[in-house]
Parts: sequence; C-alpha cells; structure tokens
Amino acid sequence: MPANGAPTKITQGSQTKGGIGESTLRPDGTLKVTGEFAYSSDMWHEDMLWGQILRSTVAHAEIVSIDTSEALATAGVYAVLTYDDLPTEVKNYGLEIQDTPVLAHGKVRHHGEPVALVAADHPETARRAAAKIKVEYRELPVVTDEKSALAPDAVLVHENRDDHHCGHVPHPNIVHRQPIIRGDVEEARRRADVIVEGEYTFGMQDQAFLGPESGLAVPEEDGGVHLYVATQWLHSDLRQIAPVLGLPEEKVRMTLAGVGGAFGGREDLSMQIHACLLALRTGKPVKIVYNRFESFFGHVHRHPAKLYYEHGATKDGKLTHLKCRIVLDGGAYASASPAVVGNASSLSVGPYMVDDVDIEAIALYTNNPPCGAMRGFGAVQACFAYEAQMDKLAKKLGMDPVEFRQLNAMEQGTVMPTGQPVDSPAPVAELLRRVKAMPLPPERQWESSEGADVRQLPGGLSNTTHGEGVVRGVGYAVGIKNVGFSEGFDDYSTAKVRMEVVGGEPVATVHTAMAEVGQGGVTVHAQIARTELGVTQVTIHPADTQVGSAGSTSASRQTYVTGGAVKNACELVREKVLEIGRRKFGTYHPAWATAELLLEGGKVVTDAGEVLGDLVDVLEDEVVEVEEEWRHRPTEAFDLRTGQGNGHVQYSFATHRAVVEVDTELGLVKVIELACAQDVGKALNPLSVIGQIQGGTTQGLGVAVMEEIIVDPKTAKVRNPSFTDYLIPTILDTPTIPVDVLELADEHAPYGLRGIGEAPTLSSTPAVLAAIRNATGLELNRTPVRPEHLTGTA
Amino acid sequence: MDFLRPASWEEALAAKAEHPTAVPIAGGTDVMVEINFDHRRPEYLLDLNRIGDLYEWEVGEESVRLGASVPYTKIMESLRAELPGLALASHTVASPQIRNRGGVGGNLGTASPAGDAHPALLAAGAEVEVESAARGTRLIPIDEFYTGVKRNALRPDELIRAVHVKKADGPQQYSKVGTRNAMVIAVCAFGLALHPETRTVRTGIGSAAPTPVRAKAAEEFLNAALEEGGFWDNGKIITPSVAKQFAGLCSAACNPIDDVRGTASYRRHAVGVMARRTLTWTWESYRGNHRTTEGAA
Repeated sequence: MPANGAPTKITQGSQTKGGIGESTLRPDGTLKVTGEFAYSSDMWHEDMLWGQILRSTVAHAEIVSIDTSEALATAGVYAVLTYDDLPTEVKNYGLEIQDTPVLAHGKVRHHGEPVALVAADHPETARRAAAKIKVEYRELPVVTDEKSALAPDAVLVHENRDDHHCGHVPHPNIVHRQPIIRGDVEEARRRADVIVEGEYTFGMQDQAFLGPESGLAVPEEDGGVHLYVATQWLHSDLRQIAPVLGLPEEKVRMTLAGVGGAFGGREDLSMQIHACLLALRTGKPVKIVYNRFESFFGHVHRHPAKLYYEHGATKDGKLTHLKCRIVLDGGAYASASPAVVGNASSLSVGPYMVDDVDIEAIALYTNNPPCGAMRGFGAVQACFAYEAQMDKLAKKLGMDPVEFRQLNAMEQGTVMPTGQPVDSPAPVAELLRRVKAMPLPPERQWESSEGADVRQLPGGLSNTTHGEGVVRGVGYAVGIKNVGFSEGFDDYSTAKVRMEVVGGEPVATVHTAMAEVGQGGVTVHAQIARTELGVTQVTIHPADTQVGSAGSTSASRQTYVTGGAVKNACELVREKVLEIGRRKFGTYHPAWATAELLLEGGKVVTDAGEVLGDLVDVLEDEVVEVEEEWRHRPTEAFDLRTGQGNGHVQYSFATHRAVVEVDTELGLVKVIELACAQDVGKALNPLSVIGQIQGGTTQGLGVAVMEEIIVDPKTAKVRNPSFTDYLIPTILDTPTIPVDVLELADEHAPYGLRGIGEAPTLSSTPAVLAAIRNATGLELNRTPVRPEHLTGTA
Repeated sequence: MDFLRPASWEEALAAKAEHPTAVPIAGGTDVMVEINFDHRRPEYLLDLNRIGDLYEWEVGEESVRLGASVPYTKIMESLRAELPGLALASHTVASPQIRNRGGVGGNLGTASPAGDAHPALLAAGAEVEVESAARGTRLIPIDEFYTGVKRNALRPDELIRAVHVKKADGPQQYSKVGTRNAMVIAVCAFGLALHPETRTVRTGIGSAAPTPVRAKAAEEFLNAALEEGGFWDNGKIITPSVAKQFAGLCSAACNPIDDVRGTASYRRHAVGVMARRTLTWTWESYRGNHRTTEGAA
C-alpha cells in the first residue's frame, strides 16, 4: 500500500506487537463468517415472552377506534398495550426533536407506524394476536413531495409545533432550513463565461443491514429494566427511553448486544421502548425481533432529495459561483433531518474553491417513511449533484473532467462557504491524480477461449448478452465529508482504562460504551492500548451504560473520538504507572527522574532504550484505573441566515474512478472496477481501512444502479419492503476495488488520523453515474439508474 | 397448520386426496417465503422430501423424464446436453443454496409468471406428469398447463410427479433480465429452441404476461421465413430484417404490467432484444459456429 506524507503523531514510539499501524485481525471476524457470532436476535432468556408490534396499514389517518379485546382474550397473550397504557406524561421520543410517538395517538403519519404492542409466550401467538387488534382509520390526504407539503393550504403533518426550528422555517411542513450566503453571486455570475444548470433526483436508499432490529428487555428487582440491544449509541437510547418508562436513568441499564450492521439505521430507537414497556408490564423478559419486512418499516432511510444546481465558470476553467437548492424529504418524523440539512448545505459546494455562493437546504415533513441518518449523511446527495455539474462544466468548456476538478480543487487553507478555513491537509488534486494514474482494467474481459464469460458482462448469469450492445465508460468523482458531530454539538467520548497484573502478566482493560457495529472499533481500541501501555494482553470490556457515553458510532467519528478517549485514558494510566515506578524505584536509577519514559514490551524503558524495570514489578498488586471524557475541538452553530460558522471538526476526502460496461440495448450495467484513492491521515489498522473503503464504495454503487425504496406517490405506501425487490449488490455486482491510501496527518487529531467510513460512499455513486453517462451519452439526472432510464422506456 | 410427511408416492397421493387444500412442499424455496411473509397460511403442508423417486431423472429416446424435485443444480450439472435451455434457465435461479433445494416441480406448482423454468419448458416442448389417487396419471401439455396468474391445470387432488421435456434436437438459448447481475427475480425472460427435426422454432416468454406464454405469431413468421429462404438447408445467416421482425412479434406477444420491478414498456422492449439475440446465438450455433454462442460461466 503506497503511503507518504508527513509522519503521524504518535505519543510514544511503541514497539509492542499488535499496536497501531498493524493489521491485527478482528475478534468477531471468524465468528461472523462461520455463523457462530451471537447477534442480538440470538438472545434467549428463560421464561421470556415475545413482543410484537402492530403497525399502521395506511400512511395518514385519524385513528377512530382501537379494539384490543379479541387480542387480549387470545390464549398465551400476556399484554396488549396502546397509547393509553403509556405510564407517564412523556409519550414521544426523538434524536433532536421529540416528535415521534411511542405508540400512535389519534393519528398515524406514515405507513408502518407503531400502533399497539402485544406480548405472548410464542412469537407466532403474538403475531396472530396483533392481527386480531381492530383499528378503524379515517384516511387523510397525504403529503408526499415539496408541492403538496408547501402549498398554502397544505395538510400539516405536525400541527402545533413547538420545537426549536419552528420559529425560523418558512412553512410548518419544513423541519429545518439552512441557507448559506457568501460573497456576491450576482456579481460573480456576470464573470462567468459558461453557466450550467441541473436538476437532480436522489432515490430513497435503505441501510439494509443484515441483522434485523432486535433486543431483550429483562425486568429487574429494583423496578428497573436491563435492555440488551443492537444499537449505535447506548446513551442516546437511554436518554430517550428512561423518561417514557418513568424511570430514572440509573434504573435503565443497557448492554450492547451483537450488532449486525447499522450504517445510521440504528441511530433512532426501534423496539427499545416497546420491549421495556412490555417487560415492565408483564414482569417477564421480553424479546422483540423484527422480520425483514418489518425492518424496512422499523428504521429511517436515507433522505431522498431533489437538488437544483447552477454553476458558472470562466473560459479558463475557474468556478465563479454556485446557486443551489436542496430539498430533502424527511418523511413523517424529524429524526436526524436538521443535522442532515446542515451537512447538505455546508458541503453542497463539494471539495472545490468557490467564493460566491447562494445555498439553501431544507428538509420536509411528509407522510413518506421517516428519513434520517445513513452513511454519508446529507453529503451523499449533494455529491451526486455537484459531481454531475463538474462533468457538465468540463464538457461545456472542452476540458478534461479530472483536470477541471484539479483546477478548482480545495486545499489546506481554502475557506469553506461557511467561512471556516480548512486547517489540515486537503489533498483533493493529489487524490484525483492518484486515482487517474491507476492502470485501467483490460478491455473486453469477457472474451475467453470457451466463449463469452457472462459473469464479466452486464446481466451476469442471466445470459443477456455475449458482448452485443456493450459499451465501456469511465467516470470520476470526488467528495468531501465532515467527520464527527458538527454545529456546536458537545461531541465527547468516555473511556475507562485499567491496568493490573493478571497471572504474572501486565493486562490492560478498556471499557467504553462504543457500539461495535462492524467498523472494527474493538480491534482499534486494543491496538491503541498496546501502543500506549506497552502491553500485549488487552481485554475489551463489553459495551454498556456502566461507563460514560462514547457518543454515536456515526459520522466516521469513533476511531477519532472514542479512539481519542482511549488514547487519552491510556496516557493518564501510563502517567500513574510511572508515578508508582518513580515512588518504588526512583532512587535506584536517575533516569526515573530525568529521562522521557516509555512503556514497551511490558517494561518501563527510557527514550534511549534502557530498561528500567518490568511493569509486573512496578504494579505488583496495584490496580491503576482511569475513566475520563475526551473532546475534540469545539465547533460552532451555523448562522441561521448566512450559514457562517466554524461548524465542522475535520473533513475526509475520497476519489473514485468507475469503469463500467453498459448493455445499451437492455440498459443493464456491470461495474467492472471502482478504483479509490483516499486520504486517511493515519491508518491505525490498514486492513480495516481497506475494508471500510471497499464497503463504503459498494454501498455507493448500490444506490447508483439498484437500491431504492419505492413509495407510491398516491398513497405514500412502501411498495418493496423485502430483499426480493429492494436489491443490494451481490458479489457478482461488486467490482474489483483497488485502493490507494494516502496518509497525510491532521495534527489536530489523535495520531493524525482522519475518519474514513463515509467518504467512499459519497464519490462512488457519482463516479458510476459519470461512467454510465460516458458510455451512453445520456444525461441521467437521477439515481439509481434503472434499465428504463437507459432505454427510454421509463 | 398440520405437517403431513408421506413416506411414499402412494401415501402422498392419498394424503392429497384426503386433504385437497394441502400445499405440497419440496425444496420450500417458494412456499417458505410465502409462509414467512404470512401471505399464505395453508391448513396442511404436504412434505414430499421423503419420496426419493422425485429426485430421479431418466433420459429416454425422445425426452427426459425429470422428477419434480430434481434440484436446479443437478439440471445444470447433468442435463446440459439434453436440456440446454432448461440448464441455462436453471443457472439464473437465485443463489447456489436455492438451486440446491429448488426444482422444476415447485416452479410448475407455483405457476408464477416469473418462474425461471417456464420459458425454457415452453420453448423445448414438455408435458407435465400429474397423478391422483382416484384417476391415476395424466400428461398435461405445457401449452395447456398455465391457466392464469399463479394458476395451473392441476386438480385439487393431483400432485406433480415429473415433467417430460423433449431432448434438444438443436440449439437452445435462455436469457433473463433482472436489475442485478445475479440472484434476482426476472423482470422478463425469454427462451428459444430450434427444432431442426421438425424445422420449427419454439419460444417462451416469462414475466411479461399474466402467465408464461409462447410468441406464437413470431414462431409462425419465423418458421415461414426460414422455410421460404431455405435457411435450414443452406445455413445462411438470418437477415437483420427477419430477426427484427421476429423480435417485434415477440414484443407484441407480451401483455405486461408496470410494477416495482419494471415498466410494461421496458418489458416489451427487452423481450424483443432478447428474442433477437437468442435467435442469433442459436442460429449461429446451428450453422456450426459454437464458440461464439455458448455463454460460459
């Protein structure tokens, strides 16, 4: 893996095996591949009941009546709960705005909204009983798009809003609006030799994690409850769950259960409160597991978007201005919509230098499925549009699309449209150069001695072409993603690190509440502890709420922030260990007092390499433990009128080159290769870095050519809630993904690292689209591209 | 739901006679999906997995008698020469795991227009062997088998025992459009078989009408055109205008709907493209140009 750039910041030069920079293997890897990993849906408790949720069959309706008598009378049923059974005055929850009812009250606002709960001694009994609950709906008109949402006489999705955004939005069906005004667009527009406009549509993508929502709530003797659940942020769940149950947070204990993927889809609550309510009501453990159908209704999706862009450029290829308007469909409840709006607007320019901008992003309330967090979080939709614009501009100017991008690429020191200077490496032009320099895959790879190898062709095993109608295309894209929570959010993590001698060996224990959702955080935490404490043995304590918050496993932030917290706690532990050493042995060797001391290979050594003593002898039976919060640099809110503010912590950049073969007659696409170059600051675990980049790339490919939740515009009902009709890439759809990793240290970040998980999801989609445009000559302003769009049969 | 587990074919027929609403299950790749989604709640499931006969096949003079439960994997591995169209169709079925379980009997029982085997059976020519305890065995010609959306010519007390598929006497091809490159339900599918012995061409269209259908007008047109031009004897390349007209008639044989998988307009278009391409591949193969025509995988 090529790597150059400035050295990254390592606080002690550990030689300890299994430290940072090594591709240590994940402890869960083999278990997951062999099917032995215990996921949240595998949990079992003696005497447990099964919970089932009854969901609305219509998108928007008044609830006239609910009759639970028949369900309650079913043998094996222990409880049936509706809104009227909620125990306290707090009946709503939400990440930022508490607008989501735990159970519908008088009204449902989207297809699949929870209406009632059943607990029974068998999952089938619970399901049958739920089907016996009679709900009478009086249907209301549905709000499904900008037009129906913002009409003067529009039906309001939420009457009587009192959230902190309602005062500044121009219409009550707008969750949040964030403009960014900088420079003088009208003046800059006059300098433009070419102007390019575009209207783009981004379809509704699903996180499509494979482990459905599930958890187990166990009532406790003190009247509290212990919830074992697959989530992305235990403490955020806790904050929302406890008030609804009427319990203090200490009485709601949470332990992370095995998570089968997340991608943002577990930021919002799903079955958490429902399982706890049923457990507390029945006094028995209650397990809830969604099936795949329910899972499509049980979590938020990526915001579908309409994006209106206008760029100008001078004839020598310099961007003059950007005017854009991004309309995100937030669906029936707010979820993460306000923050997605902040990202979409502040990153709408892309990784380019444009001084004069007039930007507006809004999220709508509609009766469509609620949308919220998903990998890339608002930056994905914008990247799809601005990269299409870059290609259009380059074409209009007769320039090479990569050179045009390089000419306008931001760099360290560039000022964002928010007025925030980029104060760490921003190697956009270099990444483009690298991805372009990679060798192209050979042409006509399907030609083999025995005939056409259909696996190499569009249509694959479906045997639709042996080369007829197939045209190759190549496309490029680059994106910019913020790392960490932005806009003034107190984005801290907590780590508890303990060091002691166990069985004659120094052992470190790392305890955080970080949700391991597959990103490899547990591997990285152990590596950090080895590096900082010079030990081989590291125990990772299960994640729970017995330690402070680790923040969300989102926003590419965990290695940065919880990794930073672990590093910080290790450094504090190290100081304490050295203090013990000085106390015990300081008089035996002057270096204890004078030299820079390191922990390496289970020993205390000087920076010159002299061994002063074994950690075992230093510690003896003492236990050193530190629990400490750690914060990255603070950020600021964006001004509500101008969008100005130092809103982001760090930026992450990835570039892609897509090579596709398109069957132009049938409109089928085979992505042959998706090469990626990304700056990662410092690869703490190079293998995991490659895995994240390849996974993000594939998720971006999915929404380029197949992934879309289809909502009926007349009824706002979901039409394809299954893996039969919501397609995600198989291995035959996943191309070769060569990765070039650049490591330019961000001096503000631990070890100089950069959050990496999301950036590749941004640029892979527009790169694939650019390649398909290159192959077909079609304009293609929407994603995903369906065969109909390539054959004029939509 | 009761689970009936007959140990023999006779017991199975008796069980079906006694419980005509019983749903037979073999590989379970269709039935279990329906049950898991709660789309279907049969009173009885009739498990055919203990009946070894159904996993057997015999290659006869004229045709292959294919047991109803012979999995797609076996068809791909063992019957490629005799049933090339069906072998290609089998290749497009779902994933390896499902191909190891599922068989043609299930496809016929479900009779979904999207069943992958149907166009290949229609093109090759086949008869479905069904049996009841009361009336014994009868053979239903494949052309009369599909009677409506997910309906077939079976009577309530009958079970599918085998399908007799004519052995290939010429090249056969099969294409299926889906929106990903593997493991996908057909947006539409097309099967084509040349029958040099009778100097005829047969077709099969999937997922583009309420039932699997043959493009009869297209077949008649092509049969006449081939005869008229002496193509069967002189082995000339089929002219683009003939291929185009054949493709257009195949499109016209469709009666598709718009759904989440594709538009009606796309389905008509794609069937035409597949008809033209599979005609070219099979005809080139007939002319002796094997290398360029067999898809390898």
